[in-house]
Order: sequence, then C-alpha cells, then structure tokens
Amino acid sequence: MADTQGENPAAAFEPDDQVNPLGGGTVSGGTLPSWFLRAVICGSALISLAILLATGGFTIVLFFVLTFGLALPTTYIWSRLAETRRMATDRLVTVSIAAGFVIAVGPLASLLYEVVKRGAAGLDSAFLTEDARGAIGAAGGAEHAIIGTLVITGVATLISVPIGILAAIYLNEYGSGRLRRALTFFVDVMTGIPSIVAGLFAYALFAIFLGPGIRLGIIGSVALSVLMIPIVIRSAEEMLKIVPNHLREAAYALGTPKWKVVARIVLPTALAGLVTGVMLAVARVIGETAPLLVTTGVIDQTNTNPLDGRMQNLAVYAYSEYKDPGVQVQASYDKAWAAALTLIVLVMLLSLIARWIYRRFGTDLR
Amino acid sequence: MEAHTETTTQAGQILASATGGRRRPGDRIFSNAAVIAAVTVLAILAGVAIFLLIKSAPAVTASSSELPDGKSLVDYIAPLAFGTVLAATLAVVVAVPLAVAVALFISHIAPRRIANTLAYIVDLLAAIPSIIYGLWGIFVLGPAIVPVLDWMAGHLDFIPFFKGPASVTGRTMLTAGLVLALMILPIVSAVSREVFAQTPRRLEEGALALGATRWEMIRMAVLPFGKSAVISGSMLGLGRALGETMAVTIILSVSGIVSFDLISQENPTPIAANIALKFPESSGIDVNALIASGLVLFGITLVVNMIARLIISRSNIQ
Repeated sequence: MADTQGENPAAAFEPDDQVNPLGGGTVSGGTLPSWFLRAVICGSALISLAILLATGGFTIVLFFVLTFGLALPTTYIWSRLAETRRMATDRLVTVSIAAGFVIAVGPLASLLYEVVKRGAAGLDSAFLTEDARGAIGAAGGAEHAIIGTLVITGVATLISVPIGILAAIYLNEYGSGRLRRALTFFVDVMTGIPSIVAGLFAYALFAIFLGPGIRLGIIGSVALSVLMIPIVIRSAEEMLKIVPNHLREAAYALGTPKWKVVARIVLPTALAGLVTGVMLAVARVIGETAPLLVTTGVIDQTNTNPLDGRMQNLAVYAYSEYKDPGVQVQASYDKAWAAALTLIVLVMLLSLIARWIYRRFGTDLR
Repeated sequence: MEAHTETTTQAGQILASATGGRRRPGDRIFSNAAVIAAVTVLAILAGVAIFLLIKSAPAVTASSSELPDGKSLVDYIAPLAFGTVLAATLAVVVAVPLAVAVALFISHIAPRRIANTLAYIVDLLAAIPSIIYGLWGIFVLGPAIVPVLDWMAGHLDFIPFFKGPASVTGRTMLTAGLVLALMILPIVSAVSREVFAQTPRRLEEGALALGATRWEMIRMAVLPFGKSAVISGSMLGLGRALGETMAVTIILSVSGIVSFDLISQENPTPIAANIALKFPESSGIDVNALIASGLVLFGITLVVNMIARLIISRSNIQ
C-alpha cells in the first residue's frame, strides 16, 4: 500500500527489550513478556466464550463486547502492578485501538456475510436469464437489469475515458499556469459531487432539450460520467507522473515530436496503470443507485438501446424490489439481495482484476 | 517531479523552435485535444451548477401556494438541510475516532505481515455500493438495534438526543447515522493511514530512543504529524455523508420534522433522501423544488470539499 517504509519501527521495540530510562516513577518495575497482550486477549476470548456458551446467550456481538470488556481492565491492572504506569497506559491504548479496529471492521464483515448468505437464496439461473415481464412472486429474474447495468456503465465509460485520460495528459504533459491549477483544484472538488446531484444535473440537461419527465439510459450514463471523470483523471494523472522523465528526454533527444512521445512512449508505459484506474472507476460507479433512479426510470423488460426508452439496472432493481415488494414479499426481498450479491461480485471482480493487472503488467520504474 | 516535467516541457519547446518554429500538425491536434478535454471538465462542473440553477429557477419565483406542502421554498428546504447536516454530523462523530483507530492499527500496531492485507481489504470495502449498505442497515442493523434503542429511551432519556419514544422498527436517525459512519470509514481511514505511515522515521525512533512507550511515540510524533490529514479526511467523509442517498433513503422512516431526537420513529429528512423518494413520482413545479433542494445540497458539499482541499494543500502533505 502507500506506506513505503521498511518494517514497522515500533515493532523493533518489543516491550521486553524496553528499559525505561525515564522510569515514570520506578525503574524497578519489571517488563512483561512480548506475548503478554496476545495472551490476555486470547484468555479473555476463551473466558467470554465459556460464559456465553454456559448461559446459552451466544452472539458474535456479545462475544466481542465481553472479550474486550475483560481484556481492557485486566491488561491495565496487570501491567500497572508488574510494570510502570506509562507502560500500563501504553498497553491499555494498544488494546483499545485493537478494539476500535474490531468495532469498525466487524459490521463490514457482517455486511459481506449477510449479502452472501441472503443473496445466495435468490440467485439462480432464472435470476440471470429471465426478465421480470409479467413475473409474479418468485418467478422472473433480473436479466434486464444486468444488461441495463452493463449498457449504462459501458456508455458512461466510453464518455469518461477519452475525456479523463486527455485531461490527465493535459495536466501532466501540457498544462501550465492558471488553467492547470484550476483544473487540479476543481477535479478534486468534483470528486465530492453527491451522486444524486449528478443525476439531477443530467436530468436537467436533457429535460431542457427533450422536455420534462424524460427517462433514457443515456441520461444515466451522462450522470455516471460526471462521477467517473474525476476518478479517471486522478488515477491517470498519478500513473503518467510515474513514467520516468529519462524516457521522455531520450525520445526528445532522438528528435521525436512531442505528440509521438506522449502517444508512443508515455501512454504505453503507463498502460497497465491506466487500465487499472479505469476499472476501479467503473467499479465505483457500477453500483450507483441514486443518479439512475432519477434518470433512467424503472422498467421490467430488457432494453438495450440507451437512446430509446427506460432502462433498468441492478442497483435500482434491488431498490425497487425492496421498496415495492410484490404479493410475495419474501420473494421480492430475496431478489433484492440476489441483485446486491451480483453487484458486489461485479465490483469485487473489477477491483481485484484491476489490481492484478497493475501488479502483473504495471511498469515498476520508480 | 514537477520541476523535471517543466524542464522536459521546455526542452520540447526548444526542440520545436529548433526544428523551424512551426509545430507539426500532430502536435497541434494532440495538444488542442488535451486542452479541450481540460476545458470540457471545467465546463461540466460549471454546467452542473448552471443547469441546476436554470431548472430550479421556476421554484424560486413560484408563490408558496404552488410549491409542495404549500410552504415557501426556504421553509421547504430548511428542514431538509437540517436533516442532511444532522445525519452527516452524526456519521462523522462516530466514524472519525474509529477511522483513526483503524489507521493507527494498520500503520503502527498490527504485525507487518498482515498490515498490508488489512489495508487492502479496507480499500476494497470503499467500493461497496451504497444500496447494499442500505439493505444491510434495514434488514440486519435495524432489527438488531431495537433493544439498544429501548434501553437508551429508558435510561438515557435525560439527554435530548435519546429522548424517545424508541422506534420499534429500528428505522431511526441513529441507525442511518451509524450506517453512514460505516460507509465513510474506509475513506477517512485511508487518508489518515497514508499520512501516519509517512511520519518521519527519525521522529518515531527519536521518541522511542528517549524511552517513550509506543503510545507516547504515537501521541507525540505520529498524531501531530497526521493531524491535518485526519481533519481533511474527516471533511472528505463529511462531504460523502452529506451527499449519500440510498442508505438513508432506505433506512429512515422520514417525516420531515426538525428534531434532535435520534431514536424516535419520527425523523428529519435529509435532502438527498427526499429527492430519491419523491423525484420518480413528481412532475411540474415539484420537480423544480426538488432540483432547488439538490442545488442547496450541491452548495453545501462544495463548500465542505473546498475547505478539505484547502487544508490538504495548506499542510503540504507529501
């Protein structure tokens, strides 16, 4: 990741090496072994597991609450008795930070687990190969939504990639002065546009020319482009930046015109990084719901033409199955979860493949 | 890096003038295309503001009897803006301490072997679509939080935030705020982590060599160094939470009131949720009023994001 340092500096100072010259009062306080914290946390976990199983009220949440509820005071008091006050504080904070990490990541893990568990119930071949026309209850599927998602996101990618990459080339190869500074600043600002506002913008743009109440796939694509362009520019700029200058200089020295340097030297060198950036940007917008809710409308059959008529997509499909369940409520909820699972799989695949491409083909020239 | 690029650019220009002063057609086309793309991006951002202004103008000039609920535009948007700010503030208050803990855990506490994997997973989580957070919030967190809400209404009702009566469905501002917090956690912790990891080694090792414990080292070297990153990361998270739509739309049972009570079933409505709920079924002047509220949301997020970017560029992180 981003931390390019070698090893963790703190790790080199395991507590058992630590003499305490400042002492915090007493130098005489001994030091506990390096496995002290791990032992306390594991011990607390075992004790709380035993308590919860004995009382029969086992839940994951209670387990973690009880574990850290035991571990925190134990650590502090034990360390306070065996070591110094400062060491005790240090250990208390360490356990607290670990607890904070668990509190933060626990719900995220639960989210992934629930999506997979509940999504698998509704995910069958009919879900992937049938549309929802005239479907009642558990019948029918989301083929139209999957196709719509791919078309809308595909068109958005076609709009965003040329603009985004050219703007990044401008920033890194040509830009200077006010325009460059303005672009850098506003691209950053643009990454913060709320997705629903992007949707309203696209709607307003088309409504002025095509009349109010308009719903087309392409409007959704334009809305997604507004969200995608800044992400593409940011990542493409980073990738162009790490193309070493000696490549450019060597090409200039051979009399190559600048556009050829960019097109034949810089872009191919950065290609894997650019592809990765675009794929991550696609992953970011493919699950967008709000901008499509206000631009592409809802429909229950397949439409592959973004220029004509309403278009369904997975995220809006999941939302409408949740919001307006049919006669069989559970069947609709199952479909919403199946759509959520399909989306998460798409997003994760895109992210993982993108990162794999970068690691496999990325230029390591730094 | 930048200086090098400048030099290279100059070299290219000198070269161009050496070859007779005329620019090759390929060069002209290419540089013009790049400039056009750059201007297009700025035009899009300006376009967002302009088209929203055009489309919200009818709502601004309309009399209050034509507008939804028969209220003036300010009276219509103000409670929504309140809901937006309340939900986003709640999310930031919950998310920032946890995000800092996650960032510190990954950068300074977790064993090196697993730290990179953890960072990678947290980054992946940032890409999960908001609709999924919403479904999780309403189907999993909502039911799970009801007993907690009951307890809060019973024991903490002296605090205005937990006045109750507690919702029996879990569709409350608190639930929405917690889910929003979860959603912005990856971005806040990613920004903080990157800078924590860049703390100069000499500061860290200096502190440790003087006998500081690891926490004292973090408190005296890492946190001061990363302070502005935490602030700007929080502002970015705030911007996200302000504009986040689907999770809030799904979770909140909205009623458009102004109330600080986080656990009752009557909740303020954030702007984005109001648009998502009403837009598909609206027509005429109602659409213009919704777009006007979108413009206000755009303005709020723009200000927050600009402040965040200014803090980042001021502090000159790198």
